[in-house]
Amino acid sequence: MSDRLLEVEDLVVEYPVKGRRAAPLRVLKDVSVDIRAGECVGLVGESGSGKTTLGRAVLGLAPVTGGSIRYGGRDISHLSRRERRALSADIQVVFQDPYTSLNPAMTIEQILAEPLTVRDVDRAEARRRVRDLLDQVQLPADAGNRLPREFSGGQRQRIAIARALALEPRLIVCDEPVSALDLSTQARVLELFKEIQERTGVAYLFVSHDLAVVRHLSHRVAVMYRGEIVEWGDGDQVTSRPQHPYTQKLLLAAPVPDPVKQQQRRAERRRLLTAQRQAGQPAGALS
Amino acid sequence: MTETLTSAQVPPVAGSASAARTSLWRRLVKNPLGVASLAFLVLVALLAALAPVLAPTDPAVPSAVDVLAPPGGDYLLGADGSGRDILSRLLYASRLSLLGGLLALTVAAALGITSGLVAGYYSRWFETVSSWVAGLLQALPGIVVLLAARAVLGPSIWTSMVIFGILLSPAFYRVVSAAVSGVRHELYVDAARVSGLSDERIIARHVLTVVRAPAIILAAGIAAIVIAIQAGLDFLGLGDPTRPTWGGMLSDAFANIYRAPLMLLWPSLAIGLTCIALALLGNALRDVLERTSTPKKRRRGAAPATVEVRSEPVVVHDELPGTGSGEELLHVDGLSIGYDQPDGSLTTVVEDVDLTVRRGEVHGLVGESGSGKTQTAWSILRLLPPGGRMVSGAIEFEGEDLAKLSEKAMTRLRGRRIAYIPQEPMSNLDPAFSIGHQLTEPMRVALGISRAEAKGRALDLLARVGITDPQRTFAAYPHEISGGMAQRVLIAGAVSCNPDLLIADEPTTALDVTVQAEVLDLLRDLQSEFHMGVLLVTHNFGVVADLCDRVSVMRNGRIVETGPARSIFADPRHAYTRSLFAAVLEDAEPRGELTTVPVATREGAHS
Amino acid sequence: MLRRLVSGVVLVGVLSTLAFFLLYAGSGDIARTILGQQATQETVDRLTQQLGLDRPVLSRFGQWVSGAVRGDFGTSWFTSQPVTDAILSRLAVTLSLVIGATVVTAIVAVVLGVLAATRGGVVDRVVQIGSVVAAAVPGFLVAIGLVMVFAISLRIFRPTGYEALADSPTGWLATVTLPVIALSLASIAGVAQQIRGAMLDALRKDYVRTLRSRGLPESRIVYEHVLRNAAGPALSVLGLQFIGLLGGAVIIEQIFAIPGLGQVAVGATARGDIPLVMGLVVVTAVIVVVLNIIVDLLQGWLNPKVRQS
Repeated sequence: MSDRLLEVEDLVVEYPVKGRRAAPLRVLKDVSVDIRAGECVGLVGESGSGKTTLGRAVLGLAPVTGGSIRYGGRDISHLSRRERRALSADIQVVFQDPYTSLNPAMTIEQILAEPLTVRDVDRAEARRRVRDLLDQVQLPADAGNRLPREFSGGQRQRIAIARALALEPRLIVCDEPVSALDLSTQARVLELFKEIQERTGVAYLFVSHDLAVVRHLSHRVAVMYRGEIVEWGDGDQVTSRPQHPYTQKLLLAAPVPDPVKQQQRRAERRRLLTAQRQAGQPAGALS
Repeated sequence: MTETLTSAQVPPVAGSASAARTSLWRRLVKNPLGVASLAFLVLVALLAALAPVLAPTDPAVPSAVDVLAPPGGDYLLGADGSGRDILSRLLYASRLSLLGGLLALTVAAALGITSGLVAGYYSRWFETVSSWVAGLLQALPGIVVLLAARAVLGPSIWTSMVIFGILLSPAFYRVVSAAVSGVRHELYVDAARVSGLSDERIIARHVLTVVRAPAIILAAGIAAIVIAIQAGLDFLGLGDPTRPTWGGMLSDAFANIYRAPLMLLWPSLAIGLTCIALALLGNALRDVLERTSTPKKRRRGAAPATVEVRSEPVVVHDELPGTGSGEELLHVDGLSIGYDQPDGSLTTVVEDVDLTVRRGEVHGLVGESGSGKTQTAWSILRLLPPGGRMVSGAIEFEGEDLAKLSEKAMTRLRGRRIAYIPQEPMSNLDPAFSIGHQLTEPMRVALGISRAEAKGRALDLLARVGITDPQRTFAAYPHEISGGMAQRVLIAGAVSCNPDLLIADEPTTALDVTVQAEVLDLLRDLQSEFHMGVLLVTHNFGVVADLCDRVSVMRNGRIVETGPARSIFADPRHAYTRSLFAAVLEDAEPRGELTTVPVATREGAHS
Repeated sequence: MLRRLVSGVVLVGVLSTLAFFLLYAGSGDIARTILGQQATQETVDRLTQQLGLDRPVLSRFGQWVSGAVRGDFGTSWFTSQPVTDAILSRLAVTLSLVIGATVVTAIVAVVLGVLAATRGGVVDRVVQIGSVVAAAVPGFLVAIGLVMVFAISLRIFRPTGYEALADSPTGWLATVTLPVIALSLASIAGVAQQIRGAMLDALRKDYVRTLRSRGLPESRIVYEHVLRNAAGPALSVLGLQFIGLLGGAVIIEQIFAIPGLGQVAVGATARGDIPLVMGLVVVTAVIVVVLNIIVDLLQGWLNPKVRQS
């Protein structure tokens, strides 16, 4: 097959709307994107753009109503629960909220060993693997018998990463994994993501609202707006010299942490908005 | 960087793992009411079990000569209207009452919990059907249904308790299905599914644990209801007349209320105390279980509980030409804020903070979560959450110390002179009132203007903050508008009484970047238009660079560096400030193209 | 609104159908039960025929339904009085009791709940534990206690009897005071707990801080904004309590010898007077449906989100 690990083609996701005659809510409209082995693909967009839904569809947590998701050449968009479970060794997840993504009643060791014991890894081996995982995410070995609430947000996110790594997956869907973290913690967790990727060759589908975060980590970037991908290509190019009016607006909207540069950016944004308005483009919309 | 009350004041649980998993039992034992109720219930159960041994006489043997015999002598508690020994009857009756109660409880729990689990976890059609049935069962008063059943099936305690169990099952059903559908949407359940866990395993490991606490609490309450209703039926004379029951005894005593009033006491005590003990036990269980099993949902990072006491000099930058010359509007001097802990100690969250806001100047208070910046902002408004208080220092607003003002005088200042813009737009509007009401009410109170005048001002304000259809938004309710619009409404409300000082707590954090840019523009325009002093709390250096004239960097409740914005951005001197700048990704190198496929990549996807 | 009405009618229909078939299928030889063991088979057969019990159950159901929609629920097997008359003559008594108790509950519970939530400390603790205990004690025990103290020992109130409100308002008050207290104690406790909890929840909401920051006085925030937001969940509980009070009235009426539906129900049950029991089930269901519609309307008035859906 090709060198594509994951291929999403013309994906449509719809959620039923209450009320008999209401049309279903179309959250994703013909989305196509692909990920190579060992690659990080960034997915940027604002709230309601559908970026999280795309991640959930890849994980089998959102209903696919059209198009296809292929993993290693095989269509995985309509798997049975059993087949999906088998796939869990290959595709894993790190969620946004480090407070609700770990069961508060379970110890870190129980959380990390859970995916292993499902696969009949024996106890001693599981324990050894848990220590190894904690080491990989730079947490102390004695973290295992403590509860999630004893850890800070950044540490919890490391635990969530360790859980995702437990089955040595080939693709991890990262749903805003650093947006709940403080600035300095965020930088360190991003470094960890990078380091793990370089070491293990795992691929990331990295979902974020923050263009700067995505630029830092992604080889290629897709920009989503209202359920569609409006720009898709080389990471540097999309995040530094965007072509699409929406991406341009997105880029200039984020304030730069430098008063002088921000003054320039503000002026640039004004010019762009005026130009877009004169060209008759409704705020940020595409063609 | 929300500093919710919990993250700011509650210290991490001490003793960690062992304390966290102390058995339920041990914690219950520490609750005096819980212990007393449990002990009483165990005693009643023991007496019931041992009734054949303990009862002095046969409970069913009447004696014409001993009718209504007073307590003492042969009859410790006296004899009833048919001359039967009250103590013996009481003991035997407790067997029937407890077993009947247990039967109803078992039926209710078995039905309700199973259907609740299925409905909550799988939902779909089963949930629709079961909710409807639950509604149907709850629609009628239980006692009416029991009466109808009695009319048909005769006076059997067992059948009526089974029926009552079915009638009560919706209580379990609702609690369980709500708890389950709550966890079903938790991210950790999604994570377990992605980890390859089967549904049965997810229910066993992640769902049942959540259901346990509410089900146990409910069971205690339901048991009390069952005992009461059962006694009520017997009291009405609709129970099985051949067997002694608490309700039947009460009925017999009530018939003799004028002749032997004391007789009422014994069955009343048995019924009343058992019900109370069950309710108090449920209450104690709630205290014990709910405190530990419900995860506190926090946003953003966890905060350090206490500030470091180590004090270090604040890095102060020199004033630049054109800064530091305006009229001082707010001067905070040596502010410390603490939270009273249950054990009587005080947790300090802000220590020795000095800051100045001049008229027409925007002062940015920057820091990570738990740095105390929001606490500082709230204390200026004197709106700290319960338990929090200013420990020392002065907050001078136009030369007057706010800390010394009466509550009434402070209320007059709020809104009119000092205004506030919160972080989360949606949660800061009262869902029960229209936008218009929430805008005009404070204006009418603070400015004493008429309804019509307030409405006119509100419409002008809505237009001013960039809302295209002010009339419609004025009439709308909070749930009908978007987050960005809600933040504009809150900004309009804040400036509605022409304040001199504006406290903005992360005013753009909850917004999308494109909306944030618009709101920042709006804030800048309003600030210069009203010539306000602004204290802007934020974690985002971009926002600071965009708006602020002056910056103070906070860490662990202290200010570490302060000065004109331009000079701090150009030359950060404190190590912490520098580390924050280093973490900024704005200028970071892009990752570039994927060049080499790493060695570790396995060949081909296995499936 | 129309949907609620329709679903209410459906609910009453389903309940009546269920009740009809369960009641008639469950009873054995009805005529024999009525006449007793001494009656000859001949008289039993004659009565069976008279009551129409020899016809197939479906046709009897059809007849019952066609009567019921016209407000005719048949006649009692024992008194030969029309069921509708027997129920209607007593309905007002029970409703005046239950509505009285609901009003008392609403007022006292709001006062206690608001006090507990805003004062905190000892007041809160007392209200909390007090309401746990009060909610647990069965109403008939409270009733017996009240009779002992206020009617028998102190002789302030009459122990039994009832006077209609229309006949003598003071007489009505004198006779219903004790029953209403006995009925409402537990529901006051339940609703007060709910209001306290909902008030505390609402007081912790972000918008309360924002309202304070606008310079609104505390009393206005508590009574206008917080109470309004807490009223929704409390109202739902009050609705459930009303159904509970309806059931509780059955026993309380017995203790105070009040001639309400409860007495009719107990008598009909003990004798196995099935047409009367059927009528009672339907009337109760209708009351519950009407109540739910009222609660829904009030919820809509309180909560703009509900209003629109």
